[in-house]
Amino acid sequence: MPKAKVTFQDIGVSVTVPAGTRLIEVSEKVGAGITYGCREGECCTCLTKIVSGGENLAPPSILEDQVLKDNLAPRGHRLACQAQILGGELVVKPA
Amino acid sequence: MAAAAITDSAVEIAPGVHWVGALDPHLRSFDIILKTANGTSYNSYVVRGDNGVAIIDTVKENFADDFFRRLESVAEYEEITTIVLNHLEPDHSGALPELLKRAPQAKVYLSSRAQMMLKALLKPTGEKAPEYIPVTTDDEVDLGGRTLRFLHTPYLHWPDTQCTYLVEDGLLFTGDIFGCHFCDNRLFNDTVGDFRFSFEYYYAHIMRPFREYVLDAIALIEPLDIQLIAPAHGPVLRHKPRDYVHRYRELATPRLFNEARSEKTLVVFYLSAYGNTRRMAEALAAGAESLGGVRVSLYDLEGGEAEIFTDLVEEADGLAFGSPTINADAVKPIWDLLSSLTTVNIKGKLGAAFGSYGWSGEAVRLIEDRLRGLKLRDPVDGLRIKLVPDGSELEQCRLLGENLARHLTGRIEHREIDMAALA
Repeated sequence: MPKAKVTFQDIGVSVTVPAGTRLIEVSEKVGAGITYGCREGECCTCLTKIVSGGENLAPPSILEDQVLKDNLAPRGHRLACQAQILGGELVVKPA
Repeated sequence: MAAAAITDSAVEIAPGVHWVGALDPHLRSFDIILKTANGTSYNSYVVRGDNGVAIIDTVKENFADDFFRRLESVAEYEEITTIVLNHLEPDHSGALPELLKRAPQAKVYLSSRAQMMLKALLKPTGEKAPEYIPVTTDDEVDLGGRTLRFLHTPYLHWPDTQCTYLVEDGLLFTGDIFGCHFCDNRLFNDTVGDFRFSFEYYYAHIMRPFREYVLDAIALIEPLDIQLIAPAHGPVLRHKPRDYVHRYRELATPRLFNEARSEKTLVVFYLSAYGNTRRMAEALAAGAESLGGVRVSLYDLEGGEAEIFTDLVEEADGLAFGSPTINADAVKPIWDLLSSLTTVNIKGKLGAAFGSYGWSGEAVRLIEDRLRGLKLRDPVDGLRIKLVPDGSELEQCRLLGENLARHLTGRIEHREIDMAALA
């Protein structure tokens, strides 16, 4: 299975994950500082700064795009409960 | 206060500016969490300019009749050009759907984050959303000789909140900040009964979790020339309004100077039936101290009450909770504390759990789940030790403390792991 590497900058942990993993699935397991509310892409609690490797995430859905816009999210930010890792390397930290 | 004394008319709070809200003297609890010993009020205001009339906020739905009666005593629906929504919680937007029907020509001004809430609120009416304009700090609406200027003051206490300043008169409409649940038909702060407790109680339960946002808002408000503050609940503050702004700054600032401001702080809370979890707590604290840069405090929860410890939690950078396991659970004082933290902001603080156990040791995992639920970060695995910790086990506690100190001070060693290795 293709692998990807995601680094949680705030806790200094890099995790090798299967491609297709959502950030939420791994960030909670390693105890990163990304916090969650609704877990359904609506509340924007899990807003996450993509430090590098944003191109290795699946593009945001229309719903995620709308929520990011409604919450005035800066560029380079995603919802960790929605963002799916496709491959390669990625560095993230809580917004 | 006796509701019978209240008239149906609007109350003038400044020339051409009227209170058209509603009194709810019999309410005894608000939003489940707040006690309201003499009820509350839902304050709404009408501002008249040469070219139009603005309504600022409405009232709870079942008080809409009072609101419309008062509104009709000072304005015609056709005159309403502007509706300002400082806060969309139902106690202030309950009469909005009906107001929009009666004044369909009015434009609605609200914060950017309020837009989705407005749509959600109007869903059951089946009505098309009115023309609405998202506004932010320094955006203005000209009513003709009178200007409404907006202040972006989010999270007081919802994401949507804003304040509106009537420039020429120095009137500030603040939504929930500077408000309180206090019902008195004499309306003004210099004529109502003693509402100081209600003012501070309201801050402590509604605004305190958002104190960073309170300070941001105060920074926007302090430079204004303020003649009167018109909040969405409780007395209208016309006598020394600036005193209330000053008091909010005091309330949002730690009471005592923090000696450890330049260091990170870790508070270790524990309970111990036989001294085992206490010994773990002491070793953890010593380990955290040994690294330098972290000031550690150790508290036995048996010696205090959740309310007092809440103040410590609010100020701490890191929190460690130690509990023995009794009947497959953490002990009650831990849960009492962990269920008392909704009044403070704890999001993103460092959290950890530890404890001694005799049989199954569920407490540590349960506490960790709760810490994550409270939006703390929990990067360090909790530590469970069966019964009496020996020398090597106390060393594990010290290492846990060191590890927490590293996380608090940004001295973590980079780790590479495979997801398959995670539980």
